[in-house]
Amino acid sequence: MPVTDVKKDLDALTMTITAEFDASAERVWELWADPRQLERWWGPPSWPATFVEHDLSPGSRSAYYMTGPDGQQSHGWWEIKEVEPPNRLRIEDGFADDGSFNEDMPGPSGATVTITEAGGVTTMSIESTFPSRKDMEQMLEMGMEQGMSEALGQIDALLARTPA
Amino acid sequence: MVVSTAERSDDERLADLQFGALADRTRRDILRRAHEGRLSVSALAREYPISLAAVQKHVAVLERAELVSKHRVGRESIVRVEADALAGARTALDRLASDWQGRIERIDNILDEDEGGS
Repeated sequence: MPVTDVKKDLDALTMTITAEFDASAERVWELWADPRQLERWWGPPSWPATFVEHDLSPGSRSAYYMTGPDGQQSHGWWEIKEVEPPNRLRIEDGFADDGSFNEDMPGPSGATVTITEAGGVTTMSIESTFPSRKDMEQMLEMGMEQGMSEALGQIDALLARTPA
Repeated sequence: MVVSTAERSDDERLADLQFGALADRTRRDILRRAHEGRLSVSALAREYPISLAAVQKHVAVLERAELVSKHRVGRESIVRVEADALAGARTALDRLASDWQGRIERIDNILDEDEGGS
């Protein structure tokens, strides 16, 4: 596995994941910059992503949707905050009902991507932060599998954290 | 994150309260209904063949266990499901990490194809 480190900060609601690749920083950047390449990895295989708009320049907004196994679509967007090819990218990403911003949806989460190359190995780290506990909880609820109630999810969480 | 002993015993005390709260069928049902939509205590009371006071008592038990919170909206007292903060944060970050693990694996596969092609 190329993942070398995963850190979770429960107080700051931040997750940082670091991976190493046998490729140049430019090549790794391309996977973010080119929508056709981005589509190959952004969504899971069962929910592939289609980017309708995507341009890595500050202030630009990307729009995409992911298509589920039954043809259902889930829309999302990015707002490009900072771009320093091929080393740094900061985005906000969020959900949308139909590609447009919706206040009822959880607030956007932020992601900072750092790409550095040394000795032929490129290290990429992603720092992803939830804006608030409320947004995080909303996101959790959205991600819950259909038919599974929050109450049951909470029981799971309780069991997971009860010392054996 | 290092979880301190003190934090852990607090966690366990809360877990005792939560398991106690969830041991009752009516309270589990209240929790489910509250999750489906924010309900007022009086609306909840109409759902059960028990007194408003009894429902208020059940809600108070859930509240002490930090499973729900009550908010006043006009004259109504609204019951809202409170995802446990710490357990919620852990689940959310775990999910985020596993999303990214999947993405990184797919990126790695694409980069492997580059090598195969060149």
